[in-house]
Amino acid sequence: MTNAAIDASGLTRRFGSYTAVDHLDLHIPRGCIYGFLGPNGSGKSTSIRLLTGLLTPDEGTVNILGLQLPRQAEELRGRIGYMTQKFSLFGDLTLQENLQFIARIYGLPRKGIKARIADLLERYDLTRQSKQLADTLSGGQKQRLALAAATIHNPELLFLDEPTSAVDPENRRDFWEKLFDLSDAGTTILVSTHYMDEAERCHYLAILETGRKRADDTPQNLMQNMSANVVEISGNSLRRLKQQLLLTPDVISVAQQGIRLRVLVDKGHTDPLSWLRAECPASLNDYQLAVVRPSLEDVFVMSTGAHR
Amino acid sequence: MKFLLRISAITFKEFRQLSRDRLTFGMVVMIPLIQLLLFGYAINNNIRNINAGLLDQSDSSTSRIIIDTVKATQVVNIIEQYFSIADAEAAITKGNVRAVLVLPRDLPQRVANPADDRALGQWIVDGSDNIVSSALLGLARMPIAPLQQGTGNTVSATFDTVLYFNPERRTPVNIVPGLLAVILTMTMILFTATAIVREKERGNLELLITTPIRSFELMLGKIIPYILIGLVQMFIILTLGHFVFDVPINGQPLQIVSATLLFIAASLTLGLLISTVALTQLQAMQMTVFVLLPSILLSGFLFPYEGMPKPAQMIAEGLPATHFVRMIRGVVLRDASLTDMQGDTLFLVAFTVVGMILATLKFRKSLD
Repeated sequence: MTNAAIDASGLTRRFGSYTAVDHLDLHIPRGCIYGFLGPNGSGKSTSIRLLTGLLTPDEGTVNILGLQLPRQAEELRGRIGYMTQKFSLFGDLTLQENLQFIARIYGLPRKGIKARIADLLERYDLTRQSKQLADTLSGGQKQRLALAAATIHNPELLFLDEPTSAVDPENRRDFWEKLFDLSDAGTTILVSTHYMDEAERCHYLAILETGRKRADDTPQNLMQNMSANVVEISGNSLRRLKQQLLLTPDVISVAQQGIRLRVLVDKGHTDPLSWLRAECPASLNDYQLAVVRPSLEDVFVMSTGAHR
Repeated sequence: MKFLLRISAITFKEFRQLSRDRLTFGMVVMIPLIQLLLFGYAINNNIRNINAGLLDQSDSSTSRIIIDTVKATQVVNIIEQYFSIADAEAAITKGNVRAVLVLPRDLPQRVANPADDRALGQWIVDGSDNIVSSALLGLARMPIAPLQQGTGNTVSATFDTVLYFNPERRTPVNIVPGLLAVILTMTMILFTATAIVREKERGNLELLITTPIRSFELMLGKIIPYILIGLVQMFIILTLGHFVFDVPINGQPLQIVSATLLFIAASLTLGLLISTVALTQLQAMQMTVFVLLPSILLSGFLFPYEGMPKPAQMIAEGLPATHFVRMIRGVVLRDASLTDMQGDTLFLVAFTVVGMILATLKFRKSLD
């Protein structure tokens, strides 16, 4: 119990007749990077807002770092950091001024502030921009500034709501390096994303859909324990073949990836290749078939309604 | 005709958005409707029922006839009676009454000898509002029929008139302190309201509410800069008023600053309240205008309170500007103190306290 950074059960939040988060149970151990993977509207942001005390749940209990929400929300504030989906620092202040402001809000000791800001600017490679207005920064720089601000008070728990949705892949990789540094220093991180590559970097992952948790485990376990085999088919006229394959019972999903079709077949068939050749209405003699390792995207497709 | 389609598509979309934004939509209808109703009634320069006092040194049947005749005009409403000139002057300074009718000890003799051409009595008038003082000046030549029978048209005045505080009846003396109220209303409310709503719009607030800062700390931190701005505005208006328009500054600086601070506090509170309701800067601005217009027209700044019908007066009583217009004219022109004007002082204090509590309650640190 004391080991958990986040313990939530039956967490539910409705907006009118729409249920944004539906009986969510979470157990997030300290020190890990935990990912929320889900499509837009799956309840990722609402879940984070419930866990940070920004929203009050309609049902369920939340325990964050040993504190009960929403009753002890104020006590929690100084121990968590939150990076909003939208850039929410002040565009008309310089980087230095923004960080000074946040440091004072968190009540950092006056003497240490200067050194702390210099340290953060250095770590997030923003020293040269320190006198620049935040509005003039690039997307990647804004992300790093927001992370610097969210971690200025060394929070035990850090919430990141789609932190890299507006930055290029290189900046995204750099950003994750910083997250691993923080995690290494003992910070628990909860991050929401809809990028598979990002989700794969998390220690644990929860797949959310329409406010419900469809699966959660380490990315490796999720891929291993998937209830389908993945068959890759290469050859000609793949569009037509796709239609044929979809008519086959126990074929869960067919997706084209360039010159290949990625077919998810129910795990019940121990030899998926011969089974497919036998069952598919079209002849597969002209095609190459191979069983391949499942990817996180396959897990995602299996767990959510995306294949239906 | 495609361009017409495109234009209509835009127009349609705008209307649809407008109808979703119920507050703006309400303002579109309410601003002209309410304001017109209010001001149609309120703008009335035929003033009646000006509060007045009486100092009857003669205490005779003659004086009672004069008092009855004066009352019958309905221009004044005699609410207080004094026994010395000092009491009468103090009442005017406090703002309890706008004028005092003084009837001298030798009143019966004056009536008996019209040939002496001496006025029967004297009006001491608070000249700080010109429209009020002209109404009272109109009483100077009123005939007292029961006493002047047979004398025909009296050439001489029935009453002498003494104008206190603004003997030359110059408009700026009246306008400048009132303008302070209007300008402070406008800037203080608008600044605070938009300052907070802007952060809501830009998403800064979502960040702020996850930090340890408390609601009232955020509110207070926000309004302190505007208190200073308000004092700077006060200084500019009164200094210009004094040196350019020759407005006398009779009050103590400490009293002037205290009165202004009270009003700034009340206006900022109102701005905060607006900011907790408004979702966009446009909404905040519209609500500010909604408060600003009555503050200009009903507060006594342009049209005297006495000239308004009862319902308009009741609305005026609910506006901080009305109380401040009274206070600042009293303090600046008549050297009144805040204790002299307890009622107005208390209103502004109560308004600020209640407003602050409401705003803090309304601004809960959550996105619910």
